[in-house]
Amino acid sequence: MALIDSILDDFFWRALIGGLGVALVAGPLGCFVVWRRMAYFGDTLAHSALLGIALGFLFQLPLNLAIAGTCVALAIVLVILARSRTLATDTLLGILAHSALAIGLVTLSFMPEVRLDLSGYLFGDLLAMSRDDLLWIYGGAAIILTLLYRLWRGLLMTTIHEELARVEGFPVERLRLALMLMFSLVIAVAMKIVGVLLITALLIIPAATARRLANTPERMVLLAVVIGMLAVSGGLSLSWLSDSPAGPSVVVAAFTMFLLVYGVVRRPQA
Amino acid sequence: MLMTECLVTLKNATVRFDGPPVIDGINLTLNRGDIVTIIGPNGAGKTTLIKSILSIQKLSGGEIWLKPGARIGYVPQHLILQPTLPLSVRRFLMLTGEPEARCREALAQTGVSHLFDASIHHLSGGEKQRVLIARALARNPDLLVLDEPAQGVDINGQAALYDLIRTLRDQLQCGVIMISHDLHLVMAATDQVICLNQHICCSGRPEDISADPAFIETFGQQVAESLAVYHHHHNHQHTLHGDVVAGDGDACQHEDCHSHGTH
Repeated sequence: MALIDSILDDFFWRALIGGLGVALVAGPLGCFVVWRRMAYFGDTLAHSALLGIALGFLFQLPLNLAIAGTCVALAIVLVILARSRTLATDTLLGILAHSALAIGLVTLSFMPEVRLDLSGYLFGDLLAMSRDDLLWIYGGAAIILTLLYRLWRGLLMTTIHEELARVEGFPVERLRLALMLMFSLVIAVAMKIVGVLLITALLIIPAATARRLANTPERMVLLAVVIGMLAVSGGLSLSWLSDSPAGPSVVVAAFTMFLLVYGVVRRPQA
Repeated sequence: MLMTECLVTLKNATVRFDGPPVIDGINLTLNRGDIVTIIGPNGAGKTTLIKSILSIQKLSGGEIWLKPGARIGYVPQHLILQPTLPLSVRRFLMLTGEPEARCREALAQTGVSHLFDASIHHLSGGEKQRVLIARALARNPDLLVLDEPAQGVDINGQAALYDLIRTLRDQLQCGVIMISHDLHLVMAATDQVICLNQHICCSGRPEDISADPAFIETFGQQVAESLAVYHHHHNHQHTLHGDVVAGDGDACQHEDCHSHGTH
């Protein structure tokens, strides 16, 4: 226990452990973002996280909870609006993403008593990871991984062909809702690492890199996790050695691996 | 002889979204062992009709009855797969939850067992359709629903595909309902044709329907005549004056010849 305690006392190790925990769930969910072409959707949810922070301060809620709740609410609004088809989905996403971000910033400006490091929320504040944050990350990861494991076949089937899945008796609507909830949760926990503006990168880049190396969906998930963990370790080391900002360094490390893999492996495996 | 077993009944089925109904007052019965083909112009509501049968599309009016516990195998119109998802044929088939041996067997039934370990992204149009049909078969369906199964398949492949569907019906004794645009090809592989244009314009045996005025109105005189020639080739011959005479004994080896008496 003493050893664990002393490790957790060190901010660098806390950052690393937290980052690895986020990579653990960003891998599989990032694969779904890539498979289902939801990159812009993920970005929109991430932008709304700042609104969540503002609401959290306003109503004095735990911030992680406020972020996850706002993401879920926005996700549901998006699904309903997209169904009515008054606007193209990408237009709708663009409107909601930036409006949520702007409303969040305006709301925060009305609360002068809240002293807030905005750039920490926008680009991540990995090195300020607390023990509570670690609890959040690993608690969230446990929920997400359990859900993924139990719903795996249905999630995969609805991703391949929604109507085929429906005919075969999978609860398509409920699976979609579960996926939204998982996205919201991962955004709430990943925000600390890379911030609102870079979360999508942490989801997509490892998954896209893994695609070149994988020949089954499961292997792609596993590889995305490994690549995400390497990116976190590499980025943190870079940040430690050259005093660069931690969140962007993680994304730079992920992007470097992406370039390497796509440079070396010319064709996808399957 | 098997008793006729009803799999699906539609009574006055109607679907409307905002404007006029997409399908209107459809009555239809599908028995085990039947092949029913839905034809009709674009926008006739063909896909909506089979989606109602699949319970994907809710009816706005009328009733649908499905045999309780009937298993449905669905072959969708075109499977657009995201190339970002690595997927082998094996994995795709086994996502049905059926054991591997059953999946292999289904793939052999559609004549593409060599594709078991292939990537699903490298299949030709015809191969993809056969894999999709195999996937539907793996689930031991009582009813097979196909939405334009020959789309994206070359012309030789199309005839072979309809042959396959008929053979599978004979082997499995399942009911088959499909949508088709390939009027010529499908006529030989179907028991009943339903000509749909929101409502059912006409329906009946393929050899009768091409003479139906409603059919001619929907598809035009030319199509109807070309189909009529196609069938009558099997059933009877024309004299030099165009009069119809009974076909000779050879013609009766054709499968659709048992309709001869009623023609």
